[in-house]
Amino acid sequence: MDAILAQLLNGLDKGGAYALIALGLTLVFGTLGVVNFAHGALFMLGAFCAVSFRYLITLETVTVDPTQTTAWGTALEVRTPLAQTWFGDWGGVLIDWSVPLSILLAIPVMLVIGIVMERGLIKHFYKRPHAEQILVTFGLAIVLQEIVKAIFGPNPISQAMPTALRGAADVGALIGLAPGALTYPLWRLVYFLFSAGVIAAVFGFLRFTTFGMVVRAGMADRETVGLLGINIDRRFTIMFGLAAVVAGLAGVMYTPLLPPNYHQGMDFLVLSFVVVVVGGMGSLPGAVAAGFLLGILQSFASMNQIKSLLPGIDQIIIYLTAVVILLVRPRGLFGRRGMMEN
Amino acid sequence: MALFQLSRRDALIFALFALVVITMPVWTAPFGANYPGLMQKFAIYAIFAIGFNILFGLTGYLSFGHAAFLGVGSYTAVWSFKLLTMDALPALLLAVLISGLFALVIGFLSLRRSGIYFSILTLAFAQMSYNLAYSVLTPITNGETSLQLTLQDPRLIDLAFTTRGAGLPTASLFGVTLSGLSGFYFCAVVLLIAFFFAQKVFASPFGMMLRGIKSNQMRMSYTGFNTRPYALTAFVISGMYAGLAGALLAVTDPLAGAERMQWTASGEVVLMTILGGVGTLIGPVIGAWLIKYFENIFSSFNEGILSRFFDFIPAPLHDTIVAISSKFVGEGWQLTLGLLFVLVVVFLPGGIMEGVRRIGALFRRGTPPKAGAIRVQPAE
Repeated sequence: MDAILAQLLNGLDKGGAYALIALGLTLVFGTLGVVNFAHGALFMLGAFCAVSFRYLITLETVTVDPTQTTAWGTALEVRTPLAQTWFGDWGGVLIDWSVPLSILLAIPVMLVIGIVMERGLIKHFYKRPHAEQILVTFGLAIVLQEIVKAIFGPNPISQAMPTALRGAADVGALIGLAPGALTYPLWRLVYFLFSAGVIAAVFGFLRFTTFGMVVRAGMADRETVGLLGINIDRRFTIMFGLAAVVAGLAGVMYTPLLPPNYHQGMDFLVLSFVVVVVGGMGSLPGAVAAGFLLGILQSFASMNQIKSLLPGIDQIIIYLTAVVILLVRPRGLFGRRGMMEN
Repeated sequence: MALFQLSRRDALIFALFALVVITMPVWTAPFGANYPGLMQKFAIYAIFAIGFNILFGLTGYLSFGHAAFLGVGSYTAVWSFKLLTMDALPALLLAVLISGLFALVIGFLSLRRSGIYFSILTLAFAQMSYNLAYSVLTPITNGETSLQLTLQDPRLIDLAFTTRGAGLPTASLFGVTLSGLSGFYFCAVVLLIAFFFAQKVFASPFGMMLRGIKSNQMRMSYTGFNTRPYALTAFVISGMYAGLAGALLAVTDPLAGAERMQWTASGEVVLMTILGGVGTLIGPVIGAWLIKYFENIFSSFNEGILSRFFDFIPAPLHDTIVAISSKFVGEGWQLTLGLLFVLVVVFLPGGIMEGVRRIGALFRRGTPPKAGAIRVQPAE
C-alpha cells in the first residue's frame, strides 16, 4: 500500500511537467492550429532563464584585502556577490531562493520570446500544411538549442534548490500512516503543487475572464468572432506568449530536478507530443489528464516488482500506453472527431 | 520484358542518374567530399530517403519511426555476418526480409489511424524498439556497446570452406572485399537498383493508387478501393528500403548500435525528403546528399580553415567575420542546418526540386502553350 502510494506521488512531479508542456502545446494548437515542434525548446529556454538569473544574482565584485593574506602569502581576494552589497543579509537569501525567484525573470522573457516567435515566423504558417509547420518549428528548435549551446556550453548546469525545501516531507503522517512510512522529497511536492497551480490559473483565465471567453469563442469559430469586430489574431498571439510562459515556468521549476542542458527540450518534446495525442489533439483537459496519467504510469513501471515481472517495461510504458490508447480510442482520451486526421 | 521497361522519359532520368552516381568520385572532388566513407553514406542515405518518399511522398502518411527499420536492417546484417558468412548478399536479403516483416506488423497496427495519430503511433513503436534495444534485448543487440564482429563468431558458411584468418574479417561480395571505393560502388549499384524500382513504383497503377490515397482517401474508398492494403504495401516497401540502407551501413562498417533507431534519425530522413522535395524521385536523393554533406564537411571545419578562407578580407573585419562564422561550423553545424530548414520551408516549401522547377519555368515562359492542350481540373 505504502509502495503504491509512494509511486503515485513519484509520478506526480514528472506528470506535472508533462502536463504543463502538453497544455502549452494544446493551447497553441487549439488557438492557432499550429503544430509547434519548438515548444520543447521553450521549456529548455525557461530552464536557462533560471540559469541566467542565478548568474546575474551571483555576479561578484572582487576587492583585494591587504590586511589578510592567503596560505600562499598573497593578499586575500574578497569576493562579495553584488546581491549582498545591495541587499545586505537578504542577498544570501535571494541567492538561496534563486530558482523560484527566476519566475519573475522568466515570465516577461518568455512572453516576449513567445510573441516574437509568433509574429516573426509562425504567423506565416497558419494556412500551410502541418508537415511544413512541423518542419519550420523543428528547424527553429534546432536553432534555439544551438544558440543556447553556444552561450551556455554543452554541459548541464546544476541548480541548487532553496535549503528550506531540500528535505523530505512526511506525507504518510498527514494521512494517518506511521511517521516516516511514506516520505517524499519536498521539492517534488512543490513542483506538483506549482504545476497544479499554473494549470488552475490557465483554466481559470480561460474560464472566468472576458479575454478567456473571447479566446474560447475564437477556438470554436475563429471567423465569426472576427466578424463581430474582435481582433482575434492579437488575442491568439498573446495566447502563444502565454503558452510560452507556461512552458518556461515548467522549465524554471524543473531545474533542481534535472540540471538544464541544451537538448532537454527535444527529450521532453517527444514525450509531450505523445501526451498531447493520448489526451486528444486540441483538448486542454485531455492534455492535463494524459500528462499526469503517463507520469504516474511511468513511475509505477519503474517499481522493481513490476520490472521483474515484465522486464523492460519501464523503458516503453509511455509509448505502449500511447499505442494502446490510440488503437482503442482513435482520437485519444478526449479528442474530437476530424481533428488533425488528414 | 515489361518488368524492366521504363517510359522514355524515365529511362532518360535513370541514365542521367546512373551517370551522376557512377561519376560521384569525380564531381565530389571539388567539394572535398570524394572520400569513400562519405560517398558510401551518400548512396546509403539516398536509398533510405527514396524508400521513405515512397510512403510519405505518394500516400502522404508521415511516419516518424522509420529509423527503427534502419536499425533492424543493421542488426540483421551484422548477425548474418556473425552467424553465416561475410558475403554481403545474404546479409542484404535477410535484412530486407526481416525489416519487411517488422514493417508489416508495425504498419498493420499504425495504419489504422491517420494524420498525426499515425505519426505518433510510428514514433511510439520506433522509440519502443530503441529503448528495448538498449535494455532488455541486450543479448541480441549488445546494448550500449553496439553489436560487433568478434574473433569467435561461428560464421558457419565461411568457415566450412576456409580457415579462420587473423584479425576481424571485412564484408565481401563473392570474395571481393568491400571497403573503400569498392564498398562505394557496391552501395552505388544497390542505389541504382533501388532507384529503378522506385521509378517503377511511381509509374505503375499501384503508384497512382497511392497518390489517390494522398489526394483524397475517402473518395478512393467510395470508388470501391479498399485503401488500407495499398497503404500497407507502401509502408512495407519503404520499411524494406530502410532495412536495405541499414544493412548497407553494416556492410561498410560491421557495427550496429541502437542510436540508429532513435527518433532523431527518423526526423533526419523526414527532413531529407522535405528539403529535397516531397513526392519527387530525385528530391529525396538531393536532400540526403546535402544533409550528409553538411553533417560531414561543415562539422569538420574549424577556425583555422575559416581564417584561410576569409583571407581576402582586411584584417580588422577579418577576425570578426571568422569569429562569427565559426559559430556556424564545427560544433555548431546544426545551427546552419536549422537555419537552412527554416529558410527552405519559408521560401521554398516544395523543397529544392520546386526551386529547380521555378528556374525551369523562367526559361520556358516565352513559349506559348501547345494548341489543344487542355488543363485538366479535378472536380471538387
